[in-house]
Amino acid sequence: MPRFKHFSTALLLLFTATTSLAAPKGDLLYEKNCGTCHGLDGSGGVGVPLSLPSFQASVDDHFLFQNIRYGRPGRVMPAFSDLSDAQVNAIVRHIRSLAPHIKPVVLDNSKVISGDIINGKKLYSENCGQCHGANGEGGHGTGVTFSRPRDLPIIAPALNNAGFLAAASDEMIRHTITYGRQGTPMQAFGRKGQNEQEINDIVAYIRTFENSKHWQPVAVDEATITMESEYGLEESVENLKRAAVGKNFKVIRIQNLEDGMFPEAEQDKRSIIVYFCNFSFVNRAINIDPRVGLFLPCRITLTEHDGVVSLTAINPRYMSRFYNNSELDEACSEMYDIYIEIMEEAIL
Amino acid sequence: MIANQLKKLLLTLLIVITAQVQAIEIDGSSQLLMMRSKQSFPEAMLALQSTLGEYDYIISRVQRIDIGLTGMGYNTDMYRVLFFTKPNEFREVIAKYPELTAYMPLKLTIFAEKDETIIATVDPTVLRFINSSAEFTRLTRRWRSDIVAIMDELRELE
Ligand code: HEC
Ligand code: HEC
Repeated sequence: MPRFKHFSTALLLLFTATTSLAAPKGDLLYEKNCGTCHGLDGSGGVGVPLSLPSFQASVDDHFLFQNIRYGRPGRVMPAFSDLSDAQVNAIVRHIRSLAPHIKPVVLDNSKVISGDIINGKKLYSENCGQCHGANGEGGHGTGVTFSRPRDLPIIAPALNNAGFLAAASDEMIRHTITYGRQGTPMQAFGRKGQNEQEINDIVAYIRTFENSKHWQPVAVDEATITMESEYGLEESVENLKRAAVGKNFKVIRIQNLEDGMFPEAEQDKRSIIVYFCNFSFVNRAINIDPRVGLFLPCRITLTEHDGVVSLTAINPRYMSRFYNNSELDEACSEMYDIYIEIMEEAIL
Repeated sequence: MIANQLKKLLLTLLIVITAQVQAIEIDGSSQLLMMRSKQSFPEAMLALQSTLGEYDYIISRVQRIDIGLTGMGYNTDMYRVLFFTKPNEFREVIAKYPELTAYMPLKLTIFAEKDETIIATVDPTVLRFINSSAEFTRLTRRWRSDIVAIMDELRELE
């Protein structure tokens, strides 16, 4: 029965192949999807640390799983909705392997904690707001900072975040407030059974953040800002320089668009880039999100075509949505206004 | 005969399944393409430059943001923005899609994080709002797959 033999070989082949696929590699998935932000060893970066014993001990696998699924909309961490359950579970197992000797808490995630919301709000603003933000919006920036000085060694996460609220059970929040996270700025508020009722009040208050307005990506479809100038190319460049300096920017470089690509003599001279920068703004932007390099330095390109000079720049409001960062949205809005003002001034 | 056809079918199925799993593993994250290199900044910078070269890109400019910042009294580790392109393609693309000028050449951000290095850029396919033609989509997809491939190579380096 050679026919059946072939058939069964093929079947076996498919079977082994799918089972090996069905066991996704947690370490590789983690490296690609998480390691850039949380560090390959889990020590943090743009994201918070995941390998700290105090963190690992205080959250269960369910919380880790849900975090990966929901992400933190508007707080940098993307939602990983495309990963299969098996893949997410493999990542969770890998995170656990970063702190192998820790036994995570067992929490009753279905338990609803009730408390005095008004008192909770008062306690929150006295004890938590200075780090987690007056309305739970989180600290400025995110994660751990290695490359520049910031307020705290770990920036406090946003608690009004839709992803956090969906992933965290009442018990998880209560447990975190009670025991804190040793080795982070998050201190324990209820060790030795203190403040039990107060902590419940705070949990109840944090739950009310579910009703607050949640982040949505800025929906702007214009990828560029473009204006026409009535002046010639050279004069337009001069006008632009003056306008940028007038807005407290330093003109750092003027070059042909094709500079660095072709020898000087072969470059198209009708397209010119003016680069300008305000270092205090850049410093602030990198603190909000170190990945902002794509916006840097500020640049307006002037192109002469059939005697008409046009000025064009990227639209920071269009780009910001791809960063999933509400604080960056604000900075990009500011940047957008500045581009418009500088360009309008330049074509006046 | 039947067995052969079945085998073919099963093999095709297998290929489809593998391809899907791979696609998912790459697409899992957001619209930024990011990677962490295990190399220190100077090594990672060199590796990035040479790998771009292997994919026929030239680096038209390196903007040293860190130098500007420290010059103004702000504290920062190494932070650069790298502009890269294929010169002839650049000309063609700008001529065909002048709206793309502000986004060209392409950029990568590279910065130090202790003894490792982060490289990030926006997925070029997000520029679909500039032009929705199939040709333009193919172009940005090719850029994307080049960047993904380059990052995959760099990730392997110790
Ligand atoms: C000194 C700053 C600081 C104060 C004050 C503080 N926290 Fe935190 N909190 C943090 C930091 C930093 C983290 C992240 C710790 C980590 O990386 O594991 C955190 C984590 C948390 C988490 C887990 C968040 C998540 O994303 O999983 C909760 C919940 C929380 N804090 C609630 C509170 C509450 C409620 C209070 C007030 C009773 C409070 N914190 C006071 C800094 C602070
Ligand atoms: C683009 C950067 C980024 C990526 C990629 C990313 N994260 Fe995060 N993650 C963050 C940030 C930032 C926070 C904290 C949010 C805040 O500050 O409000 C966070 C928070 C978390 C938390 C909650 C930590 C706590 O203290 O409760 C977990 C768990 C987590 N991430 C796991 C993962 C896993 C697993 C992956 C990969 C599947 C991943 N993250 C990918 C940036 C990222």
